[in-house]
Amino acid sequence: MSRNNWEVVIGLEVHAQLTTASKIFSGASTAFGAEPNRQTSALDIALPGTLPVLNRAAVEHAIRFGLATDAHVAPKSVFARKNYFYPDLPKGYQISQFELPVVQGGTITIRIGEGDKAYEKTVNLTRAHLEEDAGKSLHEDFHEMSGIDLNRAGTPLLEIVSEPEMSSSAEAVAYARALHALVRWIEICDGNMQEGSFRCDANVSVRRPGAPLGTRREIKNLNSFRFLQQAIDYEIQWQIERLEDGHSIQQATVLFDPDKGETRVMRSKEDAHDYRYFPDPDLLPLAITQEWKDQIRQSMPELPEQMKQRFMDEYGLSAYDAATLTASREVALYYQAAVDAAGSDCAKICANWTMGELAARLNKADLEITESPLSASQLAGLAQRIADNTISNNIGKKVFDTLWNGEGTSADAIIDAQGLKQVTDSGAIEAMIDEVLAANQKSVDEFKAGKQKAFNALVGQVMKASRGKANPTQVNEILKRKLGA
Amino acid sequence: MINASLTELRTALDARRISSVELADLFLDRIEQLDSQLNSFITVDRDHTRRQAEAADARIAAGTAGPLTGIPLAHKDVFCTEGMLTTCASKMLANFTSPYDAHVVERLKAAGMVTLGKTNMDEFAMGSSSESSFFGVTRNPWNTERIPGGSSGGSAAAVAARLSPVATGSDTGGSIRQPAAMTGVTGIKPTYGTVSRYGMIAYASSFDQAGVFGASAEDCAQILSTMAGFDPRDSTSLERPTDDYLKDIRADKPLNGLRIGLPTEFFGDGLAEDIRVALERALDEYRKLGATTVEVSLPNAQLAVPAYYVLAPAEASSNLSRFDGVRYGHRAAEYTDLDDMYRKTRSEGFGAEVKRRILIGTYVLSHGYYDAYYLQAQKLRRLISEDFTRAFETCDILAGPVTPTTAWKIGEKVDDPVQMYLSDIYTLALNLAGLPGLSLPCGFDTGKLPVGLQLIGNHFDEARLLNVAHRYQQVTDWHQRRPTP
Repeated sequence: MSRNNWEVVIGLEVHAQLTTASKIFSGASTAFGAEPNRQTSALDIALPGTLPVLNRAAVEHAIRFGLATDAHVAPKSVFARKNYFYPDLPKGYQISQFELPVVQGGTITIRIGEGDKAYEKTVNLTRAHLEEDAGKSLHEDFHEMSGIDLNRAGTPLLEIVSEPEMSSSAEAVAYARALHALVRWIEICDGNMQEGSFRCDANVSVRRPGAPLGTRREIKNLNSFRFLQQAIDYEIQWQIERLEDGHSIQQATVLFDPDKGETRVMRSKEDAHDYRYFPDPDLLPLAITQEWKDQIRQSMPELPEQMKQRFMDEYGLSAYDAATLTASREVALYYQAAVDAAGSDCAKICANWTMGELAARLNKADLEITESPLSASQLAGLAQRIADNTISNNIGKKVFDTLWNGEGTSADAIIDAQGLKQVTDSGAIEAMIDEVLAANQKSVDEFKAGKQKAFNALVGQVMKASRGKANPTQVNEILKRKLGA
Repeated sequence: MINASLTELRTALDARRISSVELADLFLDRIEQLDSQLNSFITVDRDHTRRQAEAADARIAAGTAGPLTGIPLAHKDVFCTEGMLTTCASKMLANFTSPYDAHVVERLKAAGMVTLGKTNMDEFAMGSSSESSFFGVTRNPWNTERIPGGSSGGSAAAVAARLSPVATGSDTGGSIRQPAAMTGVTGIKPTYGTVSRYGMIAYASSFDQAGVFGASAEDCAQILSTMAGFDPRDSTSLERPTDDYLKDIRADKPLNGLRIGLPTEFFGDGLAEDIRVALERALDEYRKLGATTVEVSLPNAQLAVPAYYVLAPAEASSNLSRFDGVRYGHRAAEYTDLDDMYRKTRSEGFGAEVKRRILIGTYVLSHGYYDAYYLQAQKLRRLISEDFTRAFETCDILAGPVTPTTAWKIGEKVDDPVQMYLSDIYTLALNLAGLPGLSLPCGFDTGKLPVGLQLIGNHFDEARLLNVAHRYQQVTDWHQRRPTP
């Protein structure tokens, strides 16, 4: 994609906090929101003589990610020290991985756009590695000093680096969303961006088509998809304008100011740190056996791509519908539960109602699907009654309403209580039609004179007479026959 | 009583000839009388010691005493002790009290030993003379104008002057063996990974190992047995079946057939004549005991000094980053901003030798120098290790000098750090290979200064090493000589 004949090159680095109970190298809790410096062990505050001990659960989370993205999970990887001074980094170094990360390669498939402009793209990952998070610096409320909260120091992170293969903010956001959904799907990260569980850095550069890569600037710490998109758009525009004005781009790290909608330099290349990486002598190389990987593979849930394919193969759903239903694990599980209860012959109906009416209602009420007042089995019951023609789709909406409002326990109970059963007895329908024809001679004449609308008016009358319960298809058929059309 | 062995002390305590409190007082009184001349202790706390002694007496009275209950010891001030200052002989930690005990301290406390105090050392264990301590130089009890060796000079001097029957030390490049040789006591550094480094303030993580000083190999064996063993809090701690270090000593295992390898490179130029003579006499004793000597070669031995002085400072430069004035320890009284705080704090808190090593370490890890220095030194480390592996194909243990000269005068080498580094020539190599090493007294030079014999074992061969030393001590009395008073 080019803008004014410029090509945009974007790579994303995402730091995902792993959902282990304790920190990556100490036993302190990772729970969010505690009083400052209450969740810090001797190691987390870097007391003299303390030593790191690796949390196996963090490694399992990394392995799961590697398996879910078809990456190479390294049989041996090494922890390295990244050395720099900052008050929220108690040891004066961060334990990370440098030359030999735990996960190498891998892919994520993303979907960009809607309708007939939608397209798919496979983005390659460079690597993913384990490291520890730093603490937090708080610069307000301390009378020209800074407060340091080390609760977060030592929380396990998986740093996921993509190849620079995205060419627009839309693609970058699609990638971030897909990655976000995946890490939540495989339950390694809660994806809570407000709490800092999922942080995006974007590397952005521009170039003329065919030219070598331009100098990139890194936008750090974007914690919403909206900011990610805005920041990238601004940065692209800024870089293009600079270059078109004849200036060059200096490599720099920038921050996004959401109030101004601008990026500004945080540190330039000259200030860049030399981290003096070297293998951490306090930790052994991490060995991951085939057995361990197999064990974890067996315990993993069905992945979104697999589920999507299965929905297409087994339920005959379209690629778009299957993708929509597997965009989040919660929706996918809800849908699966509904189909399991209703039977796979109701799969399409379940899909329509889940993506249609249910989604709309949840959206309007600002609810997650896990908070839906209408359960999957209730939806299944409704789908079954529509599938077997007990009620029409329209009546189905009434039933849905009643279930949503908690005024009925099941579709069947509501159909009974409100007498909503479709009338499918042709004799009864014929009788109703005869009555309506007799009472609406004018419409009959208009129809016979060629007015198609008159037919619809007559159908309307029949539906009214049956209080909506007459089977619409049958009504149409019989009415046509009677009118000799 | 002050010259009694651990076994004799045990007998006396159990027979109630003396109580733990009395025994502790005996040594504490000596410290009060004599230590002003030696400065081997940084911290002594009579009340703290008394409480421990009283608890030991209670256990003895209740019949639940173990082999070490009630026996006093001193800890090198590199080990964290709850309730007693841990300074590492540095201004940086001059007022630091650790909230937890080091593994070594825990083990010996659990065995009922009574802590007399924390001994003096080179600052942050960096040095070979104990002259760099913030708390003043330690003096050699044999000649108070001379150094006791370093970095565990305080522990060595204390045991030599019988201010404590035993003392813990740490050995990174020779810091137990060298002061043991210079003060005429026995000292052992076990195989890397044998004794947990948890709570032992780190200098160079892949070299540091805790060990012990005693008047005899047998006493050292007792203490080492209690210190050693797997600790999950140290990821470099080895999980293997516990070794009984007294095994060969108790079995009275003779030395017939013992092959002692003599590295050619250790007996070349640069070795003082007095030392050469004393070593020859010692080797003759060993031949009388049934051992044979064989020449071996460690061709890369002379590379040990540059390899060590690249790798150890590299690790140290990172390990000491946590001393930044933010959370504990010294912080500059006045500063204008963060950088200023860091600079002033670390400039004030560290002595010259520590600064020197941090600078060297930072340099060799820097971008552009890492490959030429750090990486290259790691390769040398492997070559040196392989030399030992080859040597052990034709012998059971190695023997040689500990130091090129006996104790030099205080102040003589402080202005020539490289001279100081070169004096480590015989001790460094085995730290690079992680092997166990022991120094035992084998004579005096014409100036009446002690000479040490170094024994080097293969990995995990401590029981044999200690027995080989013990056997010699049964037919000689160098280890029983005491400086007056």
